[in-house]
Amino acid sequence: MSVIEANHLTKYYGKARGIIDVSFQVEEGEIFGFIGPNGAGKSTTIRLFLSLIYPTSGSATIFGKDCIKYGPELRRDIGYLPSDVFYYERMKVIDLLKYSASFYDRDCTQRMYELAELMELELHRRIEDLSYGNKKKVGIVQGLLHQPKLLFLDEPTAGLDPLMQRKFFQLIREENQRGVTVFFSSHILGEVQRLCNRVGIIKEGRVIEIADIRTLQQNNYKKVRVEAPGLDAAYFDLPGVTNLEFHNSTVRFFYKGDINAVMRKIGELTVSDVTIEEPTLEEIFMHYYE
Amino acid sequence: MRANIFRHEFKMHLRSVITWSVAVAALIFVYVSLFSSFAEQAELLNEMMANFPKELLTAFGLTGVDLSTVLGYYGFVFLFVQVCLAIQAANYGFSLVSVEEREWTADFLLAKPVRRTQILTSKLLAALCGLIITNAVVWISSFGFINLFKGDRTYQTKPLLLLLLSLVVFQLFFLGVGLVISLLVRRIRSVTPYSMALGFGMYVLSVFGDLLGESVLEKITPFKHFNPHYIIQHEAYDWPLVLVSVAVILVSLVGSYVLYVRRDIPAIA
Repeated sequence: MSVIEANHLTKYYGKARGIIDVSFQVEEGEIFGFIGPNGAGKSTTIRLFLSLIYPTSGSATIFGKDCIKYGPELRRDIGYLPSDVFYYERMKVIDLLKYSASFYDRDCTQRMYELAELMELELHRRIEDLSYGNKKKVGIVQGLLHQPKLLFLDEPTAGLDPLMQRKFFQLIREENQRGVTVFFSSHILGEVQRLCNRVGIIKEGRVIEIADIRTLQQNNYKKVRVEAPGLDAAYFDLPGVTNLEFHNSTVRFFYKGDINAVMRKIGELTVSDVTIEEPTLEEIFMHYYE
Repeated sequence: MRANIFRHEFKMHLRSVITWSVAVAALIFVYVSLFSSFAEQAELLNEMMANFPKELLTAFGLTGVDLSTVLGYYGFVFLFVQVCLAIQAANYGFSLVSVEEREWTADFLLAKPVRRTQILTSKLLAALCGLIITNAVVWISSFGFINLFKGDRTYQTKPLLLLLLSLVVFQLFFLGVGLVISLLVRRIRSVTPYSMALGFGMYVLSVFGDLLGESVLEKITPFKHFNPHYIIQHEAYDWPLVLVSVAVILVSLVGSYVLYVRRDIPAIA
């Protein structure tokens, strides 16, 4: 059974586009990356799952149940870390966490202190006195203290220093090993590459690709760099070649298709250097957005 | 209704409730303490007032009022109390839901396993609780200060009770209308202008109604529905108008639930 299932989800804010006809599934135990630039509709999608907003058309289920009709019940097992963290400014961190815990039936006290210690959170400071990064930590503890089975992380690493990011990733991996399904939205590809099994790529409100991270990297493109004296850029003008760059008798390009065609071309040259490698997710991603 | 939301909301209101209560009690104290000097000069005062332009008297609700009697004088004070309570209640109404959206805390609350109806009910009850505390302070300080400063004059208890009893409905009117308006607009940047506009607006409307003899305007403002001088003179409510208030409260509350349950919670773009 899919943990998340989006069926033709569409959301317009008045006339402004939110997302259009978004459909995908996230399976139990997955870490699903949701990538797109700012304004592509990542937060809109997550907020639809949480019924903070309602779809213009289409529907979504979580744990097999309609996310609007069974919203309150489903949210018992959902943890949510919004992209912008805002809490009641005048409250102390500990009071906010206790307030958060009071919404759940199980006793969250122990887990709350564990997480706070892990994230090095100062519990007796007022929210208004916290830096953005520290508020983000409050968000992380707040989103995890009830041991949810499904996590929505909306650009979770923004504001965290690299050390904290690493701890946070470790934490998410541990949660995942315990069987927690994670929906991870981000515009930073490196972190998605490190953490996720599958990714959905969203552009201008539409999901344009859903793929395994590995297949995305392997099956598609090769990054080719050839250095040869007297080389001319037009030499590699083959079908399947994109992003051709020429500089100082070095040619760089992406290639999709039968690699032998490129090999034969290279074989006819007297090269001084050749590399053929997997593109980074970043490069694949940029390709989608051009 | 959820006890944890109620407690949280009530704590958030507490400081404001205390401030309003102290302010209203002080207002009643200051005015009522002046009663004996007013009453001593009653004839002079009534003569003087007879020479004031009618419009001015109307503006302060002083037409056909005898300031030399305890209740006549208190009715005049009560009008100010009404204005204060109107603004307070409107304040709570306008901010009830909008404060979470203005400070972006709505995502936190609504991602919890609660129904929106539960959230709204808890918030409404917490606000109402605050209003009732202020209301109780008005009761205590009215009875206390009247008896302290009335001197050897007497008054009838029934009209005073009727006046004070009307306050709950009066407060609910502004709470409900404020809430429903806050849900009809997309975003409220600052609550104060809205609550001042609603509170004073309704007051001004009732004054204009008096000045122009415009009876349609009377129908919508609770300052008319619960006109203190009418209640004191007749020792009764103007029931048809009271029912208008009650109807507005019901419609605005039902409307608020419908709107809130369907509402798209705004996010930072």
